[in-house]
Amino acid sequence: MTACQRVLVVGAGLGGLRVAESLRSNGFAGDLVVAGDEPWAPYNRPPLSKEALAGGVAHEQLAFRQRSSAADVEWRLGDPAVSVDLADRTAELERSGTLEWDALVVATGVAARRLPVAGPVPSPASGRHVVRTLDDASGLRPELLPGRRIVILGAGFIGCEVASTAVAHGCTVTCVALDPEPMVRPLGTVLGAELRRRHEEHGVEFRLGTGVAALHGDPRVSAVELADGSAVDCDLVVEALGSVPSTGLLDGQGLDLDDGVLADGALRPLRGGQPLDGVAVVGDVARIPNPRFGDGAWRVEHWSIPTDTGRRAGAVLAAHLAGTGYDDLVQAPWSFLPAFWSDQYDIRLQSYGMPGLADPDGIRILEGDLSDEVVVGYHRGEELVGVVGLGMLKQVNAYRDRVGSPPS
Amino acid sequence: MTFKVVVDRDLCQDHGQCVFAAPDVFQLDDDGALVVLLDEADDALRSSVEDAADVCPVQAISIRD
Repeated sequence: MTACQRVLVVGAGLGGLRVAESLRSNGFAGDLVVAGDEPWAPYNRPPLSKEALAGGVAHEQLAFRQRSSAADVEWRLGDPAVSVDLADRTAELERSGTLEWDALVVATGVAARRLPVAGPVPSPASGRHVVRTLDDASGLRPELLPGRRIVILGAGFIGCEVASTAVAHGCTVTCVALDPEPMVRPLGTVLGAELRRRHEEHGVEFRLGTGVAALHGDPRVSAVELADGSAVDCDLVVEALGSVPSTGLLDGQGLDLDDGVLADGALRPLRGGQPLDGVAVVGDVARIPNPRFGDGAWRVEHWSIPTDTGRRAGAVLAAHLAGTGYDDLVQAPWSFLPAFWSDQYDIRLQSYGMPGLADPDGIRILEGDLSDEVVVGYHRGEELVGVVGLGMLKQVNAYRDRVGSPPS
Repeated sequence: MTFKVVVDRDLCQDHGQCVFAAPDVFQLDDDGALVVLLDEADDALRSSVEDAADVCPVQAISIRD
């Protein structure tokens, strides 16, 4: 390996940080540049819809501690890559111009999906919020005042966590979603219905199974018109409609960008079915195989994914650049266990595996009581593919290593 | 060489993810509360404690030399 090699990481979130640390711990000593669009060093996003939204949003409290091995990483913050050329091995950064690279890491993450209907221009000033970045949360936080009427569009985890936080601030909250129950896609109807019951107990009103026809108000949103013709008056809306993978940089270069960047088990993007050496995809923009859950490739937005994929990608790229041990490493089986948690009111929800893969009739209570604390098992056939607890952390944790087909 | 294992108790929310990464250092008691078994650990455990610090959802764990 020569010291003049350069790795460029596009995306300065948790995945970008972890891959940089992994490159260093796997012996890469060359230039390491991490470029991101936000002005902030990598920070922890989950609190943005929970305690940081409730108690105040400060980067110093959310910033990730960085390993000393990565102290010499060159951070180009607020200087995102605007184009990448996989053939020439170059990238164009918005402020600092053209950069050549020997290896590239795509860690661009996802962006909040916006509601594609007529209405005021999406911005905090018009009362249309999303919760993806620290600046988003900073914009929403001062709007959470007692008596404010908030309509949350979408009933996934972010929507439900914001609902919980907003109710605690004395806001009046209505949650509108196409789904039949909150969080139904990952958790199924049984747990979804129980979580709805708990939200309703705290005063959240749900309008489920209905879409949104339009947002009204000028310049600020004042009402949400539903597809059934009814309207909900509001002072602000939070669009919690999931996310869109940020793959625009890679358009037109032969990669499979259908729902994230398709990559192999060494996190190398595939072009015509063949992996590209010297390029890696990490975090929730990656659509990757996970033999622990059988054949297939999935894009997983759980908090654990940037760390798992960042470590793997750093090892693979370091071996590629050093020219030693690469073939063995990329062929070695690799799998991971997705994990996430959610805090809503006094409930801690902990999930392991991929509960969304369960058969519709494969969701069963393993321990506890659904109306109190409970462990729910998610089965595909006889296989436990996910386990979710409300409370009962010790019991949930005891199932963790049985989820999927753990590596032997 | 040894290092100090520091848990910020104001941040810790007993997620218990550190227990999987470094079971020799962290445990949950019967009530599900975090117990730190070693305040000071041998370098052989450094890598697993670094992993534990990485996977802590609230970033409550740090290492001091």
